[in-house]
Amino acid sequence: MEKRYYQKDIETMPVEDIKKLQSEKLVKQVRHVYDNVPYYRALMEEKGVTPDDIHGVEDLHKLPFLTKSDLRDAYPYGLLAKPLSECVRIQSTSGTTGRRVVAFYTQHDIELWEDCCARAIVAAGGTNEDVCQVAYGYGLFTGGPGLNGGSHKVGCLTLPMSSGNTERQIQFMQDLGATILCCTPSYAAYIGETLKEKGYTPDQIPLKAGIFGAEPWTEEMRRGIEESLGIKAYDIYGLTETSGPGVSFECEEQTGMHINEDHFLAEIIDPDTGEVLPEGSKGELVFTSLDKEAFPLLRYRTRDICVLSRKPCSCGRTHIKMSKPMGRSDDMMIIRGVNVFPSQIETVLLNEGYQPNYQIVVDRVGNTDTFDVNVEMNPDQFTDTVSGVTALEKSLAAAMKTMLGINPAVHLVPPKSITRSEGKAVRVIDKRKLHD
Amino acid sequence: MSLKQLTVFVKNERGALVGITDALAAHNVNIRALSIADTEEFGILRMIVSDNDVAAATLTEQGYLLKMTDVVGVKIGDAPGKLSKALAVLDDAKINMEYLYAFMTRTEKHAYVVLRVANNAAAEAALEAAGFHLITDADVAKL
Repeated sequence: MEKRYYQKDIETMPVEDIKKLQSEKLVKQVRHVYDNVPYYRALMEEKGVTPDDIHGVEDLHKLPFLTKSDLRDAYPYGLLAKPLSECVRIQSTSGTTGRRVVAFYTQHDIELWEDCCARAIVAAGGTNEDVCQVAYGYGLFTGGPGLNGGSHKVGCLTLPMSSGNTERQIQFMQDLGATILCCTPSYAAYIGETLKEKGYTPDQIPLKAGIFGAEPWTEEMRRGIEESLGIKAYDIYGLTETSGPGVSFECEEQTGMHINEDHFLAEIIDPDTGEVLPEGSKGELVFTSLDKEAFPLLRYRTRDICVLSRKPCSCGRTHIKMSKPMGRSDDMMIIRGVNVFPSQIETVLLNEGYQPNYQIVVDRVGNTDTFDVNVEMNPDQFTDTVSGVTALEKSLAAAMKTMLGINPAVHLVPPKSITRSEGKAVRVIDKRKLHD
Repeated sequence: MSLKQLTVFVKNERGALVGITDALAAHNVNIRALSIADTEEFGILRMIVSDNDVAAATLTEQGYLLKMTDVVGVKIGDAPGKLSKALAVLDDAKINMEYLYAFMTRTEKHAYVVLRVANNAAAEAALEAAGFHLITDADVAKL
């Protein structure tokens, strides 16, 4: 019989018991952070809170928030809560200079993270009979290592493919009979298109399920992937700051992602006031880790906008569900899987002697993001030859690539030609349909 | 020796040129010669005009990005083979050329060629040594 849960007792625990467990863990986690992380202790002192004020989840709102800029300020060791001698691993966000986040893990933290990924794989129907093809990037990026570890825990035969080399992905998938595919949704769609071009019909593809995350995708994209690969496609959510993928995952109902509440305490807040909103409200998702050792984060603001729901789920899991993120409360874009902030473009322009007059245009052609940056020409650099202007464009694109890790197409335009509405330029035009 | 070209950076879009020609017409500036280098996205408009100062002030005031570029102007006979001779002079002197364009006048039996080369002084010297007559802003103003 199919095993439906990886850790049944926890995943189907009555809600009252979950809250009790969370309260017990929170008290200890706050004490651990206060005692070992001077950076956060200072934030608590500033707010006049001590661990003695925290008796359970009902006191969570008393704690200060952490933001991405705190993580940047504290880079690399400022939020570390264990001696390095007890840490066994780091992972890092997708290489955006100046915004890099390095997360530390003890062996306990790795186990916890991999358990979360294992729950996701079992929820997608995975057992030790399955062949799990992990086509997320391996390395600093959490996608590959997280699902790889989860796949081991479930006992799947694990194919650590990493991303790219689609020919080889398809060959291994076919030759070894991969039944579960883990990668970004855009890569899954690309593999599906390539299989179709090669003449495979969905029933000739051994896959039965896919676990896709790390970038926004729509229901329409889900249907396309499910049809082209002949599978059921499950969403998975996570961020390096909290451990990686597996913070929440979809079950067969596909109506939101169960948050692993024994490890992560979720809140929804008003992004402007910081006020905690009641269940069912749309707002910014905030996570508090409950039992992490090396890199515990209390009230970390994800900037993802979503809704939480505790409506009973037909899968039997009792953990609260979050909707797919519906947007961001900051101006971060995810382009080709890489986090991009307009402020990074601005920094490059100022460094290169341009005024920060620019416009970013993002679109999705097929399943690949296009990334164009229009920049107003610097009068001092204007030359009378086409080759001179294109050389300026290339050199700007190269500087942006160094900053962002991905290559934009830069277009120089005449001064004051970038549309300004009410005196304020529209910095980002995102034509992609990322949310339903 | 000096011939100035007015160079304007424009977007490659409908109506981009008429704004410029209208502005010049309104200030009684005559365009003697004009050439455009364009890509899909932008164009570089190059002009020899009757009055550089008025043209530059007018366009700058209207927000155009422009610069004055030093170019070489040379008078050549209006007959087959004359341009070739001028170009051969530059080639022999190993002077690289970025672009050129030519214009005729109603009154004279000559064509004028505007050259944008890597080294103006060397090009002018080579052309003069070969017997060519160079033109200046003053010549253009008199046309």
